[in-house]
Amino acid sequence: MLHADGGSAGFEIIAREDFSDVTYLLEIRHPLMAKAAKPGQFVIVMSHEHGERIPLTIADFDREKGTVTLVIQAVGKTTREMQQNCKVGSTLYALVGPMGLPSVTGSAKKVVCVGGGLGVAPIFPQARGFKESGAHVIGILGFRTKKLIFWQEKFAACCDELILCTDDGSAGIKGFVSDGLKLAIEKHRDIDEVIAIGPPVMMKACVEVTRPRAIKTLVSLNPIMVDGTGMCGGCRVRVGDQVKFACVDGPDFDGHKVDFDDLVMRLKRYAEEEKAAMERWSEACRMRSVVDPASLATLASLAARPPEPSARR
Amino acid sequence: MAKKKTIRTIPQKRTPVRERDARERVTNFAEVNCGYGQAEALNEAERCLLCPDPVCVAGCPVNIDIPGFIQKIASKDYRGAYETITRTNLLPAVCGRVCPQETQCEGVCVVGETLEPVAIGRLERYLGDLAIAERWTSVPYIEPNGFRIGIVGSGPAGAACAADMAKAGCEVTVYEAFHQPGGVLRYGIPDFRLPNEVIDAEIGNLRNIGVKFECNTLVGRLFTIEQMIGELGFDAVFIGTGAGYPSMLGIPGDSLNGVLSANELLTRCNLMRAKEFPNYDTPLPLGRRVAVIGAGNTAMDAMRVCLRLGAEKVFCVYRRSRTECPARAEEVHHAEEEGIEFHWLNAPVEILADDKGLVRAMRCIQMTLGEPDESGRRRPVPVPGSEHELEVDQVVFAIGTNANPIIGQTSKLRLNKRGYIETDESLATSMAGVFAGGDIVTGAATVIEAMGAGRKAASSMKAYLGLRDYGEDASAAGKAPAGMLFGIDLRERNFARIRVA
Repeated sequence: MLHADGGSAGFEIIAREDFSDVTYLLEIRHPLMAKAAKPGQFVIVMSHEHGERIPLTIADFDREKGTVTLVIQAVGKTTREMQQNCKVGSTLYALVGPMGLPSVTGSAKKVVCVGGGLGVAPIFPQARGFKESGAHVIGILGFRTKKLIFWQEKFAACCDELILCTDDGSAGIKGFVSDGLKLAIEKHRDIDEVIAIGPPVMMKACVEVTRPRAIKTLVSLNPIMVDGTGMCGGCRVRVGDQVKFACVDGPDFDGHKVDFDDLVMRLKRYAEEEKAAMERWSEACRMRSVVDPASLATLASLAARPPEPSARR
Repeated sequence: MAKKKTIRTIPQKRTPVRERDARERVTNFAEVNCGYGQAEALNEAERCLLCPDPVCVAGCPVNIDIPGFIQKIASKDYRGAYETITRTNLLPAVCGRVCPQETQCEGVCVVGETLEPVAIGRLERYLGDLAIAERWTSVPYIEPNGFRIGIVGSGPAGAACAADMAKAGCEVTVYEAFHQPGGVLRYGIPDFRLPNEVIDAEIGNLRNIGVKFECNTLVGRLFTIEQMIGELGFDAVFIGTGAGYPSMLGIPGDSLNGVLSANELLTRCNLMRAKEFPNYDTPLPLGRRVAVIGAGNTAMDAMRVCLRLGAEKVFCVYRRSRTECPARAEEVHHAEEEGIEFHWLNAPVEILADDKGLVRAMRCIQMTLGEPDESGRRRPVPVPGSEHELEVDQVVFAIGTNANPIIGQTSKLRLNKRGYIETDESLATSMAGVFAGGDIVTGAATVIEAMGAGRKAASSMKAYLGLRDYGEDASAAGKAPAGMLFGIDLRERNFARIRVA
């Protein structure tokens, strides 16, 4: 039957886990969505009534518990605000999905699932989906450093091989996921398909690795969106000689055809506004901390962090 | 009692409506048209000849009893007038504002043959606003019949269908993908043309008659149409998902930042309140010099929104001439008053960027009108060698929409070759119990046409469910006191009077 989460009641957060000071996990109750979600799909979240609509790829779903899981990196105003405000028992103002065409996890016999940075969590449902359909799954995960690693066991459980890559070599191989991917294709000559999720530069690097061998490579694009239902065209991307909407024609596309330069350019569209919103919000936090010394600590950690690209949200 | 009315005895001039001054109004989003007050409404109501065979009713997509309600205004029975309208249209405050009356009821008004037509839209809006101010709700006695109806989309088509089915006694649930109901009324039409309070009030009216709204629900993806009929247990479903998927320009430079669809601009501004950024989180970078391509109502809205957001200059670039311009006359008039510069017979060829990748200009080409095309309008053809640059930093395209693919991707409904849902005359789709109407069937049209489709589908749905359809005639007869004046049936009285005349 239908759930009662009509909207005004909001969507309840039933678990939260912090993987690092920038990456956090939210598990949200939504039985219908848990039932409908498939690998590769995403949701749109509004944390509060004045919030913006941000697309986030579904990182996990549990049909029995009736929950969906999102793993979020605090990179901009909205995601940092959510990091501060989203607690177990609190609610999200809006959550809609599952959106986008599901990934096809049927026919491939040997696949490589590559996740880098905030692409690690979203690649999980795909890896699990391929495993369930009987494929030999090679997982390649990339982190900046050992401290940031999460879900290693979760991946280990559904990957036949798992290659960890860190920028500084503190765990697994030293290098980017594209280096891990090179290793994997050297070792396996019969890879049917590669799926790569992560920042555009990372996906672009992976696509260039597989292009000479002509291995089918899908990438999951996450451009700026508003409605997520095909109505606004804000998420348009160039794929081959066509214009596609990531929200309804994707988010997965043939990586060898995607125009990444176009994607990167379009992601910068609101850079100035995002920066202004971030500054204004930090200032508001600072003001609050004068009254509430407890939040000073949080603020200090925020201020100490180097500026991050707000590209992929 | 009443004096005999002829074209010579009625007030000759159409009662003007107060409008906010163009220079002042472009600085904010307050409503432009202030609407009639009581005196103005009474004066205008006097202008209706109460024709025995009212062509205006036939000109209205939902067949509002126009002379009926105007007659009641004239006799100061405002509540009765409101109820006359709401028998066929539950959203008078919306339709009074956004209908293209000049091509519908007012376009065929008999008074209009000699003088300016009766301002039917303004009178309708007067009643709609009065009802909101006075908190009138016409909640009819509804006997539940146990049928459950699912409606996909809370825009005008879905709302109209919901109203009719709820009044028929069905349990109605409306699903909306956005976080607020209203569809295009909410995300598309700006506040200065249709304030949010009006939408809230009209949605409130639907809630009062028992309609349930479920937002944040993307039908097709969260559950399918097949599941609605199957496991969710709906006896019938109406699909009114509206126009999706804006058409692209398909010219070089159309993916530059600073080029966006009118849908995106309007959604950011209206639904997401980007105009109140940073109090609201959704951004919308301001164009200083904006070109809007297209000349429909959406284009007019986009242009006027840009002005209010602070653009210095807004251009309308349209490949045909003013005569072919599809927008409501009032919107074009308002846009002109506000200083929009119209470039008729101009088509964009390329959008040019500066070295930072920002829009710097749009190259256009002059057009001339050739032979009529399949739409009956003269086909625009380029004038060789007439290319020129228009200096702009933002380009908004409002050149129509294609079918939204989601329902097609997720159901077995038969679509036509353009991707719209295929229906028969009665708006039944290829799946038993599933009906569709509005833009997802016809392609982009107007609010009132979508409402007409919603009502038509409701009527077919009732037939499908075996419910007796109390149409206008039946309801007028059933509620005798409402359709009678001094014990005489309104129509008969009109008829008698004309015979005497």
